[in-house]
Amino acid sequence: MLPLTLLVKAGLYLIMAISLLAAVASVSLPNIFHAALALALALLGIAGIYLGLQAEFVAVVQVLIYVGAVITLVIFAIMLTNRMADRSTPAKNSLGAACLAVAAGLFSILVRFIRSTPWPETTSAPAPGTSEIGQALMGPYVFAFEVISVILIAVLIGAMVIAKKDNPGEDAP
Amino acid sequence: METLDQIFVLSKKGILDFLGTFLPEWVVTLACVAITIKAIAVLGPVTMMYLTLMERKVIGRMQNRIGPNRVGKWGLLQPLADGVKMLTKEDIVPHGADAVSHFLAPILIVIPSLLAFAVIPFGRGMTPVDLNVGVLFFIAVSSTTTIAIFMASWGSRNKFSVLGGMRSAAQMISYEVPMVLSVVPVILIAGSLSTNDIVLAQAGWGGLKWFVFTPWGFFAFIIFFLCGVAECNRSPFDLPEGESEIVAGFHTEYSGMKFALFYMAEFMNSFTVSGLAATLFLGGWQGPFLPSWLWFFLKTYALIFVMIWFRGTLPRIRVDQLMGLAWKFLMPLTLVNILAAGLWYFTEGAARWLITASILAGSFWLLTKLNRGYTPEKRVYLFAE
Repeated sequence: MLPLTLLVKAGLYLIMAISLLAAVASVSLPNIFHAALALALALLGIAGIYLGLQAEFVAVVQVLIYVGAVITLVIFAIMLTNRMADRSTPAKNSLGAACLAVAAGLFSILVRFIRSTPWPETTSAPAPGTSEIGQALMGPYVFAFEVISVILIAVLIGAMVIAKKDNPGEDAP
Repeated sequence: METLDQIFVLSKKGILDFLGTFLPEWVVTLACVAITIKAIAVLGPVTMMYLTLMERKVIGRMQNRIGPNRVGKWGLLQPLADGVKMLTKEDIVPHGADAVSHFLAPILIVIPSLLAFAVIPFGRGMTPVDLNVGVLFFIAVSSTTTIAIFMASWGSRNKFSVLGGMRSAAQMISYEVPMVLSVVPVILIAGSLSTNDIVLAQAGWGGLKWFVFTPWGFFAFIIFFLCGVAECNRSPFDLPEGESEIVAGFHTEYSGMKFALFYMAEFMNSFTVSGLAATLFLGGWQGPFLPSWLWFFLKTYALIFVMIWFRGTLPRIRVDQLMGLAWKFLMPLTLVNILAAGLWYFTEGAARWLITASILAGSFWLLTKLNRGYTPEKRVYLFAE
């Protein structure tokens, strides 16, 4: 089975390399539409890594939420914004230094937490997690779950209020 | 009978046993994967080829024509002739097109449609990949189609393409919500996300204990199938490529084989959506007398026939009607349906039928009442007197 293990490892490293490259491309490409597509590729790569780690549920949800919904929304916003998707529009501004500072700060915080967290290593394969996740959401984490659903309802109502016409009778058919 | 039922499984096992006599174990493992991939990669395009013929024949009969009958007996070689024609056509790329997006979109759109085949249970023990999140995998994979459609529409630099892409995205996002919610009752009752387990949960009554024969299953099936037709951009939900309004929508600027790839994705999507609808609600490969895979294909093709029937009968609906159907009618009905399925789970005997059926019928009646459009007695012309 040694060649197979090597093959799987090589595949995983390839996926990691592709998603890193795509992540770099998503912030450095001049065209914002291309940048959104590169971001989609990076997120797909992360889903691939989850699959490689046998977290099928997380991988599928990653594709469903991030690639299927968030990227679609991003592209939708780009295409609806006037002239945003034109090739002549420069996707650069003078906030580069500030962005770098914020990103570096976030990165240092993340590194600190990752280094201070103990990572238990187990040799046995993890159990299929869907039912465990469901039971955790309905059991110990039910409060957080409910709070999130209240926030989602608030967002839905807010979106409806924003999208509503100001004066329904004003514009006749 | 038993061998006929398992003929594909047995032939795969035979090939692997033969290879195992002279090849190392890891090559056999790879071959096992390769055989499954090969089977899907052949099944997808061949299904698509003959679906085009079936569609043209059925539509022809519905319109009182004969349909293609010149190439081969009953036009059986027509798909091959079409394929040769598509491959030899000139490939035109618009001068202002975005080269990468325009080139990649037709390739990328086929990938999710082929991936969706991976979790369809074609027969007893014939699920290519028995993922424990199979249904979710199908939904996730088919939701990525939107990106390829966006690439095609934006990369073409054509206003009809962009309009088609926008319509398609709006439609897919809207119909995905009731589609996912209509699957929830099935997952709730079957207690699993794996397509194979869902089929096994419908065993009984001589292979006829299908979910569609329950009140919640009936409603969920209709909603799922309607949303599936909308997700495939098929008539009457074919606004993204409505030829009378926006030429051909997002694939206006494609010709030759690239155009054929969009068609391939569309037909493979209609096959997988019908297959998943058969799996979730019509008992998958469960059924009396016939081999399991034959039952699966019979049910799937019956649903595809209904799709073609829709196309032959119904006119294209308007954008506001399209959105209204998804958000004001199907979505509330799916939410009620989840409640009904929950009540079904916790009650017994005749009471469960009575409770769920009355809840669903009541909410259906209420929703149709609330959704009835306002029709004025007398037409009022504001600008044309």
